[in-house]
Amino acid sequence: MPVIGTIFYAFLAIVAVGSALGMLINRNAIYSALFLVLNFATVAVLYLALGAPFIALSQITVYAGAIMVLFLFVITLLGAEKLPGYEPIKGHRIVAIGLAFVFIAELVLFFFFRNQVTGPIPLIGPEFASPRNIGVLMFTEYLLPFEVVAFILLSATVGAIMLTKPERKSTTKLSQQQD
Amino acid sequence: MIDAALIWEWIIKSLILIIFLTVGFMYVTVYERRFLARIQSRIGPNRAGPFGLLQPAADGLKLIFKEELIPANADKFIFLLAPIITVIPALIVLAVIPWGEAMVIFGRQVNLFISDVNVAVVYIMAVTSISVYGITLAGWSSNNKYALLGGLRATAQMISYELALGLAFMGPVVLAGSLSMVDIVRAQQSSLWYVVLQPAAFLIYFFASIAEINRAPFDMPEAEQELTAGYHAEYSGMKFALFFMAEYIKMIAISTIGATLFFGGFDGPFVDQIPWLGPIYLLAKVVIYLGVLIWVRASWPRIRYDRLMQLGWKIMFPLALLNVIITAVVVVLVN
Repeated sequence: MPVIGTIFYAFLAIVAVGSALGMLINRNAIYSALFLVLNFATVAVLYLALGAPFIALSQITVYAGAIMVLFLFVITLLGAEKLPGYEPIKGHRIVAIGLAFVFIAELVLFFFFRNQVTGPIPLIGPEFASPRNIGVLMFTEYLLPFEVVAFILLSATVGAIMLTKPERKSTTKLSQQQD
Repeated sequence: MIDAALIWEWIIKSLILIIFLTVGFMYVTVYERRFLARIQSRIGPNRAGPFGLLQPAADGLKLIFKEELIPANADKFIFLLAPIITVIPALIVLAVIPWGEAMVIFGRQVNLFISDVNVAVVYIMAVTSISVYGITLAGWSSNNKYALLGGLRATAQMISYELALGLAFMGPVVLAGSLSMVDIVRAQQSSLWYVVLQPAAFLIYFFASIAEINRAPFDMPEAEQELTAGYHAEYSGMKFALFFMAEYIKMIAISTIGATLFFGGFDGPFVDQIPWLGPIYLLAKVVIYLGVLIWVRASWPRIRYDRLMQLGWKIMFPLALLNVIITAVVVVLVN
């Protein structure tokens, strides 16, 4: 069983990293979006394997099912699938390579120091990630952050609706002048 | 826990479900054409075999022999991928639906569902939300303006109605106190069917699910008069057959989910004594539900696109939200 488990995780890891790279490298925005969807799905399978089906399915519903569908919708609506060949921000590739090296260094350091964690990691029960537990935590311990997020989302929704309203200022001025 | 017999049981149950859905697809097409013809005072296809029962085989053979065209500047890979990723969500969504009580077959206790996860309703929402991709990608990759418009309409429509659909699920979930389909059926066995307790949620589910699978009167994505067939305008042969199949399997899927959430699923008289009645009751409910879907298609004209969006956002979404709030308050007050 552990060997099968290792092969399974290695396969998922390769797919996750490969799809993330594919999303970055591809010059066609539609393919990039699809690679990102594949990445979300792979991460969802990882959550599922770790015994958190609610988080896995929420990940698919929210990221793959809502956010990426909207991205795809906007890309196809604007016909923006072909990315420009030049760099929109000057020198961002050099900065990106530098940041990538910092990230790799961090990973290497983590790999060397991972065994120095003291004390056993507390075991979590199978009910830890159940919808009931998540709901209870949200409405007791994390009530304030939850409400703050809800308020921010509400104001963002109102803002988005205001942006789509047609501009009425000029017409009202015109009518006032006529009066 | 997981032994070879259990794995075989999963494989056999999955095969039964997939065969049921594909054969069901064949006969739902006949059902729809014959029933629609009856409503419109026609006879319908009755030549192939007795009562036209071999008509789907004839249609399938015809589609296999059709030429497969790929438009000149189409994105070939996505053009081939789109029909496949349209069919897969339709085939897997029913994995969490129970067909009946657990029964003993060949001396082995067999549960009549593929999986009873405690997040079944979230699973259904996740699968329905990814079923948009096939249609969007089909419309985009065809390199055809009508197909693109159809794909965009389908995407906007499905995103809009998904919200009302998800909130309609919440009524039964709040009443049963569980996200598991098996628990929802059990709760209906001990009280009334949820179509009685949750009529508003049922109506919202009924119309939102029709919009979600792009059927008449909400079939704007494939309006023939203005879009020549929408997202599958450029598809022919077996690739077209896959879209066709997905549409009818989705019909079966929403009928089964609706029957399970609001009509007691496999519940019925004497089902406690004779467990074999469970799947038969569920099938009967699904067939009646499908008949109502066809009846709706025959009775109502297609509604205009802006009206469709207004209905979704300004009427059904607030109603569904109100229904969830009222249900939750009542449940807290009663218990």
